Amino acid sequence: MAQETTTRPPAPADARGGGFGGTGRYLAGRLASAAASLLAVIVSAFFLFRVLPGDPVRAMTHGRAVSREQLEALRAEYGLDQPLWRQFADYLFGMLSGDFGTSYQYRVPVTELIAQRLAPTLLLVGTATLIAAALGLWLGTRAAWYRGGVGDRVNTGVALTLWSVPTFWLGLLLIVVFASGAGPLPSGLFPTGGMISPQAPDGIGAALDVLHHMVLPVTTFVAVVYAQYLMVMRSSLLDEMGSDYLVTARAKGLRDDLVRRRHAVRNALLPTVTLIFVNLGQVVAGTILVETVFSWPGLGSLFYEALGVPDLPMVQAMFVFFSASVILMNLIADLLYPLLDPRVGR
Amino acid sequence: MVAHRTTPASRARRYAALLGALAVLLLVTPLTAGGASAEEDAPTTMTVAVAQTPDSLSPFLGQRLITTNIYRLIYEHLTAYDQATNEPIGAIAESWEFSDDGLTWTYHLREDLTWSDDQPLTADDVVWTFTTMMEDEGAATANGNFVENFESVTAPDEHTVVIELSQPQATMLALDVPILPRHIWENVEDYGAFHNDTEFPIVGSGPFILTEYEPEQFIRLEANPDYWRERETEGFDEIVFRFYTEQDAMVEALRTGEVSLLTLPLTPAQAASLEGEPNIAINNATGKRFFGFTINPGAQTVDGEEFGDGHPALRDQEVRTAIMHAIDRDALVERVEGGFAEAAHGYIPSRYDDYHWEPTDEQRIDYDPELANQILDEAGYETGDDGVRVSPDGDRMALRIHVHADRPNYVQTADFLAQWLGEIGIEAEVLPVAEVGDALTAGEYDLIFTGWNVNPDPDYVLAIHRCDALPREEGGSMQSDAYFCDEEYDELYERQAAETDPAARAETVRQMQEILYESAVVNVLSYPNAVEAYRSDQIASIQVQPDPGGNIWGQDGHWSFWSAQPAAPRPEGAGNSPLLWIGVGAAVVVAAGLGVLLWRRRSSATADDRE
Repeated sequence: MAQETTTRPPAPADARGGGFGGTGRYLAGRLASAAASLLAVIVSAFFLFRVLPGDPVRAMTHGRAVSREQLEALRAEYGLDQPLWRQFADYLFGMLSGDFGTSYQYRVPVTELIAQRLAPTLLLVGTATLIAAALGLWLGTRAAWYRGGVGDRVNTGVALTLWSVPTFWLGLLLIVVFASGAGPLPSGLFPTGGMISPQAPDGIGAALDVLHHMVLPVTTFVAVVYAQYLMVMRSSLLDEMGSDYLVTARAKGLRDDLVRRRHAVRNALLPTVTLIFVNLGQVVAGTILVETVFSWPGLGSLFYEALGVPDLPMVQAMFVFFSASVILMNLIADLLYPLLDPRVGR
Repeated sequence: MVAHRTTPASRARRYAALLGALAVLLLVTPLTAGGASAEEDAPTTMTVAVAQTPDSLSPFLGQRLITTNIYRLIYEHLTAYDQATNEPIGAIAESWEFSDDGLTWTYHLREDLTWSDDQPLTADDVVWTFTTMMEDEGAATANGNFVENFESVTAPDEHTVVIELSQPQATMLALDVPILPRHIWENVEDYGAFHNDTEFPIVGSGPFILTEYEPEQFIRLEANPDYWRERETEGFDEIVFRFYTEQDAMVEALRTGEVSLLTLPLTPAQAASLEGEPNIAINNATGKRFFGFTINPGAQTVDGEEFGDGHPALRDQEVRTAIMHAIDRDALVERVEGGFAEAAHGYIPSRYDDYHWEPTDEQRIDYDPELANQILDEAGYETGDDGVRVSPDGDRMALRIHVHADRPNYVQTADFLAQWLGEIGIEAEVLPVAEVGDALTAGEYDLIFTGWNVNPDPDYVLAIHRCDALPREEGGSMQSDAYFCDEEYDELYERQAAETDPAARAETVRQMQEILYESAVVNVLSYPNAVEAYRSDQIASIQVQPDPGGNIWGQDGHWSFWSAQPAAPRPEGAGNSPLLWIGVGAAVVVAAGLGVLLWRRRSSATADDRE
């Protein structure tokens, strides 16, 4: 999934002052703005999803024999017969007191469903994000160091091509080639979907079974997103490469390899750290497309399904949950930044 | 400053060793894992790919198609439907009778029935199930409509159940309510929140027992050895339902043999791609659905208060009839549905041949654009300068067609309609929308697409066109699908609901369809086929309903799964081949990675030397 990312490092606006007071102000500022963002998200989630077309009661009873009385009872049960301000007040009060509501479709607390789907998503998207970041950083470093060379052009070209490929299409293509078997490849190399197979053995066999199911979705995800790490790493390393300190390092007689690893890359990593944290925040939101095409039982596919109804308590709670995790990760990045770069927050 | 120096070459060797170890691991472990499972005496398994996940395992709550189908497999109902003819046959009830006024129904139950935990299944369980639904709001969530007319349910003895009704009810032999074991369920505190998914196996009475549920992954059912119904040969030992969120991935899963049966009706393109594949059988079943569109006759409430913005000319039956004369149903079936549908006029699909109605030659509103133009000319709809007709009241004949944006064949049909309407001087704009229901409830549409699955008992699809189904207030809850309201139709509806003679009831139902057809408000275009596919190397035979020409998935009953015969087992070791190939594949991938790495190392080393 092509994620919108902000690679802007936190503005060193409060870089004035010094000592503990400055750091304290920096921290307080970050915390306050995170709390304000969260509140804004909670309020907007309510109105955002009321604009969705569709009537949950009609969607859920469609094609079934239901009487008007049943329809009205359902409407009353969901509180949809209440005036909007009343629904909003109930929602806001619920959210603030930690009650995220009950799913219309499944009739279980939304938090229970989120908890159930969180682990598969973290496993899939977490693994894929780490691989994509490592791969992107490595290739980006090399591309920048040997800029203009064949390696740079091929790497950048391939990464950008994969970045522009529709995720859904790539996923299906991988299924057709590596699951159904195309050409010389045998059929059934990898499963077509799901996270575990019904015939899975216990213990280590079960873990291998999950690994086996992860290969294609992880590959799809990595292929599509690693380009952003590559490009950010490449451009920030290029910025550093003209620096005087590199000349100094070389003048000391250091090997090129060491100049790159110990001096250039360290400084170039800063903007990339922000990117990684922003993306880690999005890990919980999963990736709707990859999860859907590979029938992965994660939060992304749950959200997609809930949108179709629309299962209002579910989409609202998930929206808030996803936003909260992005806000949290940004906050952590902001807090880590002064440690990584002493110029910030002093 | 530098602790130790690693040369590129030594580092490459370390990577190589690591990757080599990984390759060996990948190659070996799946093989041992596969070997272990092959030693057991493998049960015969039918794996069914499904697109929906259950909303609840509690029959009081679950409403999705997948869920109600699974209930059919694990719970017995009072009566069932014949596998060949769809007619009501005995299940828990062996025989039944009813009073002359149709208000008292007596069911005589089979005497030797047991639950899967060996407790006897008696009249007490039946009484408890229905009574709980009548008394507890939570228990009425899914199937409350069946017991709305119930006055009382009693058991004069262990094997007799008497139901007293407040008014006659046509569905007394079509009560799609799974009967639940009282001894398990009566301790449940809140029927609105209990999902029956805490203890496995689930105690039931059907031909299968639900033994394992992995949410969003699969459901495992095992054959119930004590099921009462007789069959000639044993079937599958287990049925596994696997959930897929992507249709095309599902088709690929069938191609690889990962699943034995697809439950989704295939698109014509998917059917074509599977046709002729080895070991894949296609079942082109007659559909349970009708597909068509309705014309806004003027949205109104039950009290006759009009609302919405439907084109006023559409209140004129002649205009609606002219529109229907402009439509070529056969062309739609051929060009949009790829032939996988049956062009249709009557409301109830032809697979229900007792209720199905066909117009006579005089009644037929066939494709005849000339006649359509003539009707409009005679009714005073003159063609304006832009080629679009104007009604006698001065309204320009420009209509909207609301269509489900997510269904390509619906949109394509709408495009054809727009073109044909243009030929009779009516301008039509196709509006693909995410949710046609919004336009319907608001009454803000002219033509709008619709389609319903029809049950063996047609009561509900008939009920949605009663005047009483209209909304109480503007935009309020309604059952109606078309704002149709006709007194004669309503009278016939009441008559068929109270009629206990099947033949007489069917005759009344056909008369109702005649009224619907002539009014041209609810217009059926076709009965789409259900195109299904399965692995013939896994399933040797499977029962369709009705037989012949019927479907496998979504039957009214458990016939397909209960009667399916496993194909002869594959030769020993064949089951391991995917796992073997994974190992080989992984090793190849790793080796390739190794090669690339070494090559990159070398090229970077030369680059280093150059600088």
